[in-house]
Amino acid sequence: MFPSRFRYEAPTSVEEAIALLGANDDAKVLAGGQSLIPMMKLRFASPALLVDINNIPDLGYHRADADGSFRIGALCRHADLEKSSVLAEHQPLLAAAAPLVADPIVRTRGTFVGSVCHADPQGDWAACMVALGGSIIAQGPNGKRAVEVKDFVSGPFTTVLDRDELAIEAVVPNAQGTRTGGYLKLERRVGDFATAAVAVALDMSGGVVKNAGIGLVGVGAQTINAEEAAQALIGTSLDEASVDKAAELAAAASSPRGDHRGSADYKRHIISTFVTRIIANVQRSEMQVA
Amino acid sequence: MALDEVKIGGLGASRRRVEDNRFIRGKGNYVDDVVLPGMLHMEILRSPLAHARIKSIDTSAAYAIPGVRMVMTGEMMAARNLAWMPTLSYDTQAVLATDKVRFQGQEVCAVIADDPYIARDGVEAIVVDYEPLPPIVNPTQAMADDAVLIRDDKVNQSNNVIFDWEVGDREGTDRAFAEADVVSEIDLHYPRSHPSPIEACGSIADYDRSTSKLTVYMTSQAPHIVRAAVSMVAEIPEHMIRIIAPDLGGGFGNKVPVYPGYVISILASILLEKPVKWIEDKTGNLISTGFGRDVYLKGKVAMRKDGKILGVRMDTVSDHGAFFSDAQPSKFKIGLIHSAFACYDIPTAYLTNRGVYTNKAPGGVAYRCSFRVTEAMFFQERMVQAAADDLGMDQAEFRRINLVKDDDFPKRTPFGFLTDSGQYEKCLQIGLDAIDYDTFQEQKAEAAKRGRLLGLGISTMTEPLGAGNSREYDILGIKMFDSAELRVHMTGKAILRTGAKTQGQGHETTWAQIVAHELGIPAEDIVVEEGDTDTAPFGMGTYASRSTPVAGAAVSMVSRKIRAKARKIAAHLLEVSDEDIEWELGRFYVRGAQDRGVTIQECAMAAYSNVPDGMEPGLENNAYYDPPNLTWPFACYISTVEIDPLTGVWDVIRMVAVDDCGVRINPMIVEGQIMGGLTEAYAMANMQFITFDEDGNCIGSNYMDYLLPTAWETPGFELHEVVTPCPHHPIGAKGIGECATVGGPAAFVNAVMDALKDIGVRNIDMPLLPDRVYEAIQTGQDVSGHPPVKNH
Ligand SMILES: Cc1cc2nc3c(=O)[nH]c(=O)nc-3n(C[C@H](O)[C@H](O)[C@H](O)COP(=O)(O)OP(=O)(O)OC[C@H]3O[C@@H](n4cnc5c(N)ncnc54)[C@H](O)[C@@H]3O)c2cc1C
Repeated sequence: MFPSRFRYEAPTSVEEAIALLGANDDAKVLAGGQSLIPMMKLRFASPALLVDINNIPDLGYHRADADGSFRIGALCRHADLEKSSVLAEHQPLLAAAAPLVADPIVRTRGTFVGSVCHADPQGDWAACMVALGGSIIAQGPNGKRAVEVKDFVSGPFTTVLDRDELAIEAVVPNAQGTRTGGYLKLERRVGDFATAAVAVALDMSGGVVKNAGIGLVGVGAQTINAEEAAQALIGTSLDEASVDKAAELAAAASSPRGDHRGSADYKRHIISTFVTRIIANVQRSEMQVA
Repeated sequence: MALDEVKIGGLGASRRRVEDNRFIRGKGNYVDDVVLPGMLHMEILRSPLAHARIKSIDTSAAYAIPGVRMVMTGEMMAARNLAWMPTLSYDTQAVLATDKVRFQGQEVCAVIADDPYIARDGVEAIVVDYEPLPPIVNPTQAMADDAVLIRDDKVNQSNNVIFDWEVGDREGTDRAFAEADVVSEIDLHYPRSHPSPIEACGSIADYDRSTSKLTVYMTSQAPHIVRAAVSMVAEIPEHMIRIIAPDLGGGFGNKVPVYPGYVISILASILLEKPVKWIEDKTGNLISTGFGRDVYLKGKVAMRKDGKILGVRMDTVSDHGAFFSDAQPSKFKIGLIHSAFACYDIPTAYLTNRGVYTNKAPGGVAYRCSFRVTEAMFFQERMVQAAADDLGMDQAEFRRINLVKDDDFPKRTPFGFLTDSGQYEKCLQIGLDAIDYDTFQEQKAEAAKRGRLLGLGISTMTEPLGAGNSREYDILGIKMFDSAELRVHMTGKAILRTGAKTQGQGHETTWAQIVAHELGIPAEDIVVEEGDTDTAPFGMGTYASRSTPVAGAAVSMVSRKIRAKARKIAAHLLEVSDEDIEWELGRFYVRGAQDRGVTIQECAMAAYSNVPDGMEPGLENNAYYDPPNLTWPFACYISTVEIDPLTGVWDVIRMVAVDDCGVRINPMIVEGQIMGGLTEAYAMANMQFITFDEDGNCIGSNYMDYLLPTAWETPGFELHEVVTPCPHHPIGAKGIGECATVGGPAAFVNAVMDALKDIGVRNIDMPLLPDRVYEAIQTGQDVSGHPPVKNH
């Protein structure tokens, strides 16, 4: 690969990284490099400085905290999550998505937080975070702030991060009841970005939906938060009519473009089919548990 | 005692590939691994537009970058009469554009710099002013009355048609259709695909003024032809050119043509008197180098009610892109497309083909295919299935009725080729038994209960390999023979060189096995070398599955010449006359006294130390082999698929392959070739195509868009074998390099169509993307892939 000329720094603390970002106009954070490096290879991105955060200690974690929240550090790799039993126990939606992100090779390097920061409308993790009502913790020279992922992504490949801010952590809020849900992705091949994908998060209590979120992938200029569709499920027991309604509203919330992956109508159809399928799968596994 | 042939690595030994030892250790030597002192680096500026007039080119900013040595333009090439080069199909192709750009990705300028980073900076600094012209992205547009003329550089070209060609018996075929009970018709498109070898193309040209010698390291499947071509185009004497094709990271036909990048690097090296390295990137490879297929068919089959095919008519249109640079050596305009229906007994047939220019990359190469044979067999097998369905006849029975019978050989094919051997029905039956054909309808009914659609597809075909006999083939007048040179050292070890060029086929392993078979020298005692025109004998290279049929035969023949000389030496050593000598593997002995013998190694030693009076010392020879005919392997591929009707996604349940490629030299390598070919066949059927939007932008310019299947989605393959030796090949081999890519796609597509036939769908164009399948299920209509993809 022959990118444009760039400088490279590898700080060993978050503070140092933030200082480097602040002091340089055209700096980019390098996490797993699985999106940034291909763009530099093609010279779609030509940052003057790379701030490699891989030498910063203690950012590779993911854990369920005592307050019920789930935290994923900036250097936690896709593969860590794929193999994680903690994740499988606490976050069924994320566990369902983990093996569908990219391919096994990319998953060993790519990071969860980097994926959300990359803000690719076809990125899998951002949609999961939107469905779960999750946030990104950004740290800058003046301290930390939390931004909900639905507000964090401001457009295709753009976020509200300031130039001198580093995303240090992703946080999933605690469940209202039992957390369930699922992820379905239509891809042409392993390692392909989604033709269309759906993330459904459900918090259930006594057979009733307490909280719900639906995120859509690949069917708009950015990750879509299908809020109305999710609302249609809250308070229901996932009866057929409510599920159909949610599926229909999710399709309506999407605004896909026809391309070589499929026509716009087809992608919309996949969205509603997947909403229905995910919920049917959830119900089936509940039945098996019961 | 004769040696155990399998133990010494002869025919039938599944010997491990000797080349893998270096490949898996990262010790391969590819063009990009070669580093020469003082070497400069070249990068090409490509056109962003599909069709545009070049108004001006400003290279000053590029020259201003430190480390940029030279910026080459079409004008500079033209000054040396090198702006255009001849193609293998007797057209011309732009090396660097002078007047217009005619496809997206066309070579416009080249920057030569101290390192590849600077070369790319230089490319970015060039400013080209284009005046856009309307792009033509398919034959319908190309043939429209008001179509803009793509090749206004050619004096006698008034429209976008390159040629019209026909073959077969038009009147006879018309009569057959008039007499038919049933006529089946189908329109098909075999989409554009790309061989996409993992290693892209590249060269290092090294012109040495002090010796006047030009050495070029090049990713070439046919280095000897390149030497001849470069000599003719650049007017450098042939003995002053040395082409070295080192290890190749795949070829699949993509590395047969001579590309602009090679020519530019050669001129750059001559001008700068420094080695110049050009390594194409993957996008450059996908958007500018030889593609495969892109042919449209209107097919018709005339039948009797009882299932007998009376005649076939095929009207085809081929999209060649901006230059007619098909890399094919046959004497027919569109290669061997008329090998279609060779496995069927059909009285008469007629085929037309119109070739057109479009604003797309040029270079229809034989992508793992003997020159349009892949299209031929795909069309054939789709027509056969549609015909069986239209007749309401069982698809296996329909084939059985029409397949050529074992005792019909030699048999003229409907378009005039001569097939010579095969056991077609036996292969079909093995396949049907393996796939549990008799219980398939029950499986289908069971799946229907789960809401899934099941289908079974068959593809049976024989294809012509081994280009080719000198009657029907030449390249620039050169006959398509191949050659081998064998030198046995005094200790009985040997070096073999051929005019072929391995690129993954395993020649270093299998050629040694042929020598072992002929001479009894263990395969591990034989080194095989190919690809250096200064050391290897002249040959036509490796493509079209021709190496075993042609170069492999030459290896046999040269070994036999060596054996004939060794026999004389043996007679001398054993003090008997030649006629009293018998041969068993690895050893000569005296007839009637088997314990009195000498080994081939003892003969080798004597060849250098104790030859009979009057005999030249040494034990080496060469052989040139002009094959008497093509070889005709047969294959039967059967697959079953399951479709999810709500998404259109289909999965392969099983794929059974029955291959008869004649005698198998190395069964493991043969199986590897079949599995690789079926993987490519699956890719073409399922996901792979290079398409263009209406502006002529190539959709498929990188591996996110042009999909290569991985181990995860590639289905499992169940392989079976039948062996009918080739009657005219010295060891009875027929070749196996491409059968599966050629015959495989139709098996998958036929399976999906079988699943959809009950709802009235007869065709979906490849690739059978889920959205196309879903649309067909929803509408009950055929889905054509023909209109360009809208991407905005
Ligand atoms: C072949 C291939 C297939 C893929 N398929 C998929 C897929 O199917 N689905 C999918 O979702 N993704 C896919 N990806 C992308 C992959 O998931 C990336 O890993 C991910 O998008 C980015 O994570 P990263 O750690 O590699 O980030 P990098 O590439 O290092 O960075 C990406 C961007 O985010 C910024 N960034 C990264 N970390 C931070 C941080 N902590 N703070 C601030 N900014 C930051 C960078 O500056 C850069 O702009 C694929 C990638 C490849 C190469």
